[in-house]
Amino acid sequence: MKVLVFIELRDGKIKSSAHEALTVGAKLAGGAANLAAVLVGQASAGLAGQLAGWGADTIYAADSTDLALYNIQTFSGAVEAAIKAFSPNVVLGVASPMGRDLFPRLAARMNGAILTDLTAIEASGNGISGTKPMYSGKCLAEVATDGSVISFATIRQNVFPANKSGNGNATVTPVSAPAADGKIKTIEIRKGKSAKPDLTEASVIISGGRAMGNADNFKVLVECADVIGATVGASRAAVDSGYASHEMQVGQTGKTVNPNLYIACGISGSIQHMAGMRTSKIIVAVNTDKEAPIFGIASYGIVGDLFQVVPLLTQKFKALLK
Amino acid sequence: MKILVLIKQTPDTEAKIRLSSDGKSIEQGDVKFIINPYDEFAIEEALKLKEKLGTGEVVIASFGSDSAKELIIKGLAMGGDRGLLITSAGLEGTDSLGIARVLSAAIKTEKADIVFCGKQAIDDDNMHVGTMAAELLGWPHVNVITKFDLNGATARVEREVEGGQVEIYDVTLPAVFGTHKSLNTPRYASLPGIMKAKKKPFDIKSPADVGADVGSLKAKVTIRGYKYPPEKPKGQVFAGEPIEAMVDKVVKLLREEAKVI
Repeated sequence: MKVLVFIELRDGKIKSSAHEALTVGAKLAGGAANLAAVLVGQASAGLAGQLAGWGADTIYAADSTDLALYNIQTFSGAVEAAIKAFSPNVVLGVASPMGRDLFPRLAARMNGAILTDLTAIEASGNGISGTKPMYSGKCLAEVATDGSVISFATIRQNVFPANKSGNGNATVTPVSAPAADGKIKTIEIRKGKSAKPDLTEASVIISGGRAMGNADNFKVLVECADVIGATVGASRAAVDSGYASHEMQVGQTGKTVNPNLYIACGISGSIQHMAGMRTSKIIVAVNTDKEAPIFGIASYGIVGDLFQVVPLLTQKFKALLK
Repeated sequence: MKILVLIKQTPDTEAKIRLSSDGKSIEQGDVKFIINPYDEFAIEEALKLKEKLGTGEVVIASFGSDSAKELIIKGLAMGGDRGLLITSAGLEGTDSLGIARVLSAAIKTEKADIVFCGKQAIDDDNMHVGTMAAELLGWPHVNVITKFDLNGATARVEREVEGGQVEIYDVTLPAVFGTHKSLNTPRYASLPGIMKAKKKPFDIKSPADVGADVGSLKAKVTIRGYKYPPEKPKGQVFAGEPIEAMVDKVVKLLREEAKVI
């Protein structure tokens, strides 16, 4: 099948998750002639060389100063132009905020079928089938698209490996984005204050729950996070109590995360919290209540007071990583 | 100004999800249903906008089964002016694009000037329908908004993306906005509000009634079945020892067994 991969940029660089999508795309396409990628953004064409060996012979690039800032109208138009040029069976991307903004819009425009946030994917005739977590992962749905129309799919980050095959000569073909229609103008993209990766991309997370007691106490977690390069998260109880800001929330009405290591501190493990973090590869739980449900899914647990345990953890990690 | 709010009935966040024995469906027996939590921010923003303008109508609409009626009435109790249930009977397998077709037809028929909906439903976690409806209408959309300010026919909105990064847009109405937590604090329905809600105008319509082309709703996405996520192998939980001894054990396991530190 013919597969077009949308390559997402951040700060003018190719995001690492794009390589995960390319690896999946190469497997579905089964050959470099059947795989293409599309770059959208100012100075994006110059990045095409970095995609050589990632399985695609053709790289469509929409490169103009008008594309300096993400805008749904111009960016979706650019991807649409690449779709019309390549006529893929499947358009593939990552379930990032940008992917989840663009793909539904394009699927509606092209009367396609769309699957979002897949954790497994394979070809099924001219369409695709795969696994999609629902209810924040409380259950998994086996889903499939009708191959008689174009399929759109986004994969979950950090789930699929990124393997460079060495195939694909990544020749650039320019495509144009439409002129801005003025109905939606991007005024500014304000950088986040944190240098840490977003919870959804983090490989290590340390989270605090209601037992944190107040916002100030989160510094215990921040100190540990700084040592192990973790992003700090929070349970809904901690957010609703005003101890942590909402973008830190892990769980069903917060973020779904899948780091290599998740350290839950003073989090009892409500159903909605565990739904959002149970796919973490290793889970460490620290809680004074030995009956806390979080211990049921923990790889390692310590029954104890987080204010005693976490500073010791920080100290031991520091000694280990020195 | 006519403000339309799209809501969806979803299981409560604390609900356990149970699958039928053949794995073909999700058991709905004793599940408590709520207004999708993100849709409450949509209702609140619509009510705030009407209050700010001092005029207008807030329509609370849903495409769903009869039981969604009760949740629309909840929205009316919060302050919505009129309810609209578009019945999904016989169309249960409709995919997100089909639902967006029905709702975009309703938005057109209602002559809405602005649409608010939750950024995603917490059941299928798709983030599709609001965005797709905007596309079908040829309207702009911004999803995951955390700030909304309308001046004349232009809204200045902020959209939260990753790592605290925020995109700021000016959007010309009509448009669709997907609401996120932190946009506002949804109000509780007052007792008089609850009393009045049952007497407010309420329409129950079919997709054809709102102008949808029912022939175009054939699903292009099918759900073949469901399964539970794999069970976590039983872990090692340490208790009753000196804290430092337990910490040492866990750090050693993280280093040597799990190899994540």
